[in-house]
Amino acid sequence: MRASLFITCYNDTLYPETGRAVVALLERLGVEVSFEPRQTCCGQMHANTGFRPEAFSQARRFVNLYREVEHVVIPSSSCVAMMREQYPTIFDELGDEILRREFLALIPRVYELSEFLVDRLQALDVGAYFPHRVAYHASCHGLRQLELGDRPYRLLAKVRGMELAPLANSDRCCGFGGTFSVKNAEVSSAMLTTKLEDVLATRAEYLTGLDNSCLMHLGGAMHRQYAGMTTIHMAQILAATADSPAEAMA
Amino acid sequence: MTTAQPHAELDPRFAPPFPQAALTVLRNPQLRRNVAHAVDIIQAKRGRLVAEKDDWQQLRSAASAIRSHVLESLGAYLEEFEVRCTAAGGIVHWATDGEEARRIILDILRQEQASEVIKIKTMTSAEIQLNPFLESNGVRVHETDLAEIILQLGEEPPSHIVVPALHVNRSQVREIFARKMGLPELSDDPQILTAAARRYLREKFLTIPTAIGGANYLIAETGSVAVVESEGNGRMCLTLPRTLITLAGIEKVLPRFDDLEVFLQLLARSATGERMNPYTSLWTGTVKGDGPERFHVVLLDNGRSRILRRPVERQTLKCIRCAACMNSCPVYRQTGGHAYGSVYPGPIGAILTPQLQQLQHAQSLPFASSLCGACYEVCPVKINIPEVLLELRSQVTRQERSQARRFFDPLYLGLRLANFLFASPRRFHLAQRLGRIGARLFTRKDGWIHSLPSVGGKWTLTRDLRGLPDETFHEWWANRKKEAR
Repeated sequence: MRASLFITCYNDTLYPETGRAVVALLERLGVEVSFEPRQTCCGQMHANTGFRPEAFSQARRFVNLYREVEHVVIPSSSCVAMMREQYPTIFDELGDEILRREFLALIPRVYELSEFLVDRLQALDVGAYFPHRVAYHASCHGLRQLELGDRPYRLLAKVRGMELAPLANSDRCCGFGGTFSVKNAEVSSAMLTTKLEDVLATRAEYLTGLDNSCLMHLGGAMHRQYAGMTTIHMAQILAATADSPAEAMA
Repeated sequence: MTTAQPHAELDPRFAPPFPQAALTVLRNPQLRRNVAHAVDIIQAKRGRLVAEKDDWQQLRSAASAIRSHVLESLGAYLEEFEVRCTAAGGIVHWATDGEEARRIILDILRQEQASEVIKIKTMTSAEIQLNPFLESNGVRVHETDLAEIILQLGEEPPSHIVVPALHVNRSQVREIFARKMGLPELSDDPQILTAAARRYLREKFLTIPTAIGGANYLIAETGSVAVVESEGNGRMCLTLPRTLITLAGIEKVLPRFDDLEVFLQLLARSATGERMNPYTSLWTGTVKGDGPERFHVVLLDNGRSRILRRPVERQTLKCIRCAACMNSCPVYRQTGGHAYGSVYPGPIGAILTPQLQQLQHAQSLPFASSLCGACYEVCPVKINIPEVLLELRSQVTRQERSQARRFFDPLYLGLRLANFLFASPRRFHLAQRLGRIGARLFTRKDGWIHSLPSVGGKWTLTRDLRGLPDETFHEWWANRKKEAR
């Protein structure tokens, strides 16, 4: 089976270890991974800030680059949600019917990482070993738009040595929201403080999730506050084995 | 006793932008505690009651379908309502905007020679700032909903559409009542407080023969009006007076009497976390010897038919004002209602207010959301609030980007630059390399960035940022392929 990795702009720049982990994990599961070097960004930041014409160019770029591939795997739930929820509207509004049809043919083959593992590969036990106490943050886009449901928990349950710490108010937003975090920095920070109280109360060593943007937000506050907890993308936990432990984010 | 001045902070024309208004609230820890405590309680009750309904999702779908259908044929249903209501003895008035509605209501009160009115809580009247208008025209207005009394006596603006005094706690209520009712010995026991309000209200109910209220539903098929409430003050206002004036937004109509079956199951559970609200009043026109002798309905447009014409935004008018969206909203939980600068706060306010203002005011509201989608998840009529927020953001941005002063706005500049870079992998990769060098200037010995200039400073207000790694993912991939060869 072949899969093309869409790493996303911010993972490429800020969190390459997440991409390396996806490659290691998928190859271990027998997937032939490829990487389209001309990829840049899905357009989510522009679309969510109201810059639709710009988001359109990013969306068009994505469809043009990937329409032939067997599967696209994306380790970022909000970018996948952007494609599923917003691309149709954007193609409608900017009136590109051909692109819209190509997108509709492509989108069933676009997977968020946990969807690809559970739904496509049907691999719950990926052979991971991560001997730590971990809490899971269900990012809003993964939770409500992708409806990932129990997929992440089922994957984590099979990680050897790992203890999952229950997180209170697990469906509450961390306050990131892309440009919301700077346009409404004070409100975003207040939401972050509330979320962090619940997260730190888990007494976990790591907070994991399927979206590095929320983890960047929460991890940034953890570092600022010397909170003694670290964020780590789930790909890195799932890629970790006794022989090659996870590359932690900090 | 009553406030003659409108609450300027809830007038979208004068209210400060959301981020600025929110700061005032964020600096008020007591208010934030009150709001978070109240919404958490309502949310928990709602969650329990929704969980016990196996057919909750079917109910939502039914409600959504009925509301969408109404909006498709709104004109016809309103005319049907007018015919039935008139036949039953009601008088129907049509108001294009707030000014016309206020004038119609004042004219009726003048005919009635009414110098005082009692009122049931109606956010629609707050939308058109009816109270200050009547007060300035010599009519004394007495709110009768407990929360509205607290606000009226305490001269506080409402912060929630179902529980308007949600931001006020019990000891603050005691203080307001003690001061304004002249009861210095009052305790903050809820029973004692409500008893004080009851005594205050009884006299008004029994002596003032004119009432103004709103409507939860207008039934086209029968010409009936429905009001649901918790306290019984509404029942008093709807039955005791000689003259009743109902002010309702044109979107409040339902096709058939049977449709209430769906909405009465959804509304109380969504709004207050109750299986059924304590009082549901339904009436049709006038009946001799029973209830008001004269009954007026003022149907208010005030920008609604303009919203109706927009394909994405139209769903805003499906709203049944249950406030589940604000109770579930993590932004509202921090800021409460006042920051939204409108009588309609929370997620529904963030989409409704700018539209009622024709995007001339309140342009910061569509951005007052992290797009987490909790509002859409709980909405009993399935309004896709994030979708409407995005649509409005797009319109606001289109409007703003042509303005000269936005040209050098760091956020606009940054987004335009980002688009230029994303359009070419070569430019994007060059920018990554330059960014890596630039970031070193700000990266401390611990490998993290603690402080950034300009927009970045908004990020480092409360969060650090890990310094940029030495190798991007695509660089790693390219090297790996080279090594493999």
